[in-house]
Amino acid sequence: MIGWLDTILQGLMLGGLYALFATGLSLTFGVMRLVNIAHGDLSILAAYLALVIVQHFGVSPFLSLIAVVPLMAIIGYALQTFLLNDTLGDDILPPLLVTFGLSIVLQNGLMEVFSADSRGLSVGEVQTASLPLGGGIAVGVFPAITLAAAIVVLALMSWLFNSTSLGRALRATSDDQSTAQLMGIDNRRLYAVAMAIAMAVVAVAGVFLAIRTTFDPTSGPARLLYAFEAVIIGGLGSLWGTLAGGMVLGVAQTIGFALSPAWGIAVGHIAFLVVLLIRPNGLFPRTRDA
Amino acid sequence: MGKILNVSRRHFLQGAAGASVAVAAGGRAAFAAAKPIKIGYVSPKTGPLAPFAEADQFVIDEMAKRFALGLTVAGVKRPVEILVRDSQSKPTRAAEVAASLIKEDGVDMILVSSTPETTNPVSDQCELNEVPCISTVAPWQPWFFTRGGKPETGFNWTYHFFWGLEDIIGVFDAMWASVPTNRVIGGLWPNDGDGNAWSDPKIGFPSVLLKEGYKIVDPGRYQDLTDDFSAQISAFKDGNVEIVTGVPIPPDFTTFWRQAVQRGFKPKVATVGKALLFPSSVEALGPSGAGLSSEVWWTPNHPFKSSLDGRSAMQLAEAFEKGTGKQWTQPLGFSHALLEVAVDVLERAKADDNSSIRDALATTDLATIVGPVKFGGKGPFKNVSKTPLVGGQWRKGTKYPFDLVVVSNTLAPQIPTQGKLELL
Repeated sequence: MIGWLDTILQGLMLGGLYALFATGLSLTFGVMRLVNIAHGDLSILAAYLALVIVQHFGVSPFLSLIAVVPLMAIIGYALQTFLLNDTLGDDILPPLLVTFGLSIVLQNGLMEVFSADSRGLSVGEVQTASLPLGGGIAVGVFPAITLAAAIVVLALMSWLFNSTSLGRALRATSDDQSTAQLMGIDNRRLYAVAMAIAMAVVAVAGVFLAIRTTFDPTSGPARLLYAFEAVIIGGLGSLWGTLAGGMVLGVAQTIGFALSPAWGIAVGHIAFLVVLLIRPNGLFPRTRDA
Repeated sequence: MGKILNVSRRHFLQGAAGASVAVAAGGRAAFAAAKPIKIGYVSPKTGPLAPFAEADQFVIDEMAKRFALGLTVAGVKRPVEILVRDSQSKPTRAAEVAASLIKEDGVDMILVSSTPETTNPVSDQCELNEVPCISTVAPWQPWFFTRGGKPETGFNWTYHFFWGLEDIIGVFDAMWASVPTNRVIGGLWPNDGDGNAWSDPKIGFPSVLLKEGYKIVDPGRYQDLTDDFSAQISAFKDGNVEIVTGVPIPPDFTTFWRQAVQRGFKPKVATVGKALLFPSSVEALGPSGAGLSSEVWWTPNHPFKSSLDGRSAMQLAEAFEKGTGKQWTQPLGFSHALLEVAVDVLERAKADDNSSIRDALATTDLATIVGPVKFGGKGPFKNVSKTPLVGGQWRKGTKYPFDLVVVSNTLAPQIPTQGKLELL
């Protein structure tokens, strides 16, 4: 019994990491129906930015977020303004192709600059410390911080979407882009802002991944898959649904691992398929299929 | 500003044109009308296997300087071209570039290195098209048997030098025998080519270890890029594991190792293949990387010399570190040795056709920087030459964050040890 409780707890922690990755994806899809294939690679770019800052200034990776988050937001804003806005339209294929290309460019660019070595970020003691919860159950401090970060990020996003005029504009554009434009909303600028926010969250995800494990220029695409699944399980465009999606995926994987290490990832995928079968719109859908 | 740019560009163009004319003229003068010898070189320059190929560029640049003087093949001084192709870490791409090297570029010989995913498809293309091929940096069983090699007949065009699965089992076994433990081993074997071979009850670790009285806790094959190892860690803790081994990819070992510390699992020895080959992977682990152990194919302390220029392993590593500003890595020695064998074969070939070059290759017996390379033995060893394997441990370094120290040489006593295996 304790064993299963422990397994589920580990799964929830893992879900925190998946949710961090999924949030940005959920946002870009929710607001502008853009499926960003380069999402995972952009998170790896953020991890490398953090690595450069950590090596250069000798600061903690957590502290490097102060610079990496705004940097990635600027990159996101520029990316949307100068590249992705031109691909948006009735056809969903152009943005898919362009971000697919971007993914390849990023991987090879990172390889040129940073070589193929696997790298990691170290936060010292925190990385390996654990909190005993009694009854033989312990949670790693760092996974707990990851989960907390995911909750904080989602709470901030939730506040932004529900309680600010920017959030109102974003929601309006998401619901009906042409009417929103009639009301004087510049949708192209708004999309750039949405991408900036998404990339800020991706920066957090990338740095947390780099602390949890090691990364190299080709680590991105594997991240995209889990992010996708978390978004779909949680329901397209739903923020808190994304957290739930990440957790469902994380718990499914750890339960699978506990049954047999060969099944972990498969059980995650199966959970995703089951949700698709039973609730094609995800657990907490916000957007309806057109 | 515009003017300065203009002038410098003109200067550059003039200089470049002059240089290319000089090269062309020099080439003509030195070699008369001799047709160049073309050597194809396939390795994974990009993609997940790229760390294996990191030393290639340095070695090839060095060789290009040497080849500028030409090479005497069958009594004729010939210019040499090395055509480098990137496999992008994909077997299909490796086969494609090998085919185009053979059919479009008309290479006289192909060199290939770095994991069965690269060596096998390239060797297959060479065997099929009857082009001599030398490969390395892949254990010999997956190179020989996976390609359908039969010990009775062997291959006609493809040759390989590296160690085998029996060596890595022997090396790990010898390392563990040198320290006091409860002899309970936890296996971290993934569901990929290496993981399945290592964990195989007939040819893998269990076959040897169980006979020697070790107990193995094997939670089962897992997928590469797993994000959670708590199941394995619980199994290891419950089984009272004191020795961890396996062949995980670097990110998986990092995830495992960090979670293990978080969950209070502290084995006495952790000896893993693949994940700990490169200093960068160990550095990525931070301070908890010290004391981990791994197989060692080559170090600057190996007592071997280059047959090309007489440099010792240490001198080659120093030249690499000076030239690239990076710490030496194990594939460096093997990339160099690959070209050593190629030069030796070409110089011994009786004529410049494929069969003559192959005949020279088949009778190779050369002392290289990674040890002796000799083809023409019995069974698989007609095409395979084994290089020595020792065991090493990562220690806190002086010049770089971590140094790889040889701690076990039971299988290859000619290679000096630099210390004894220390418990974690």
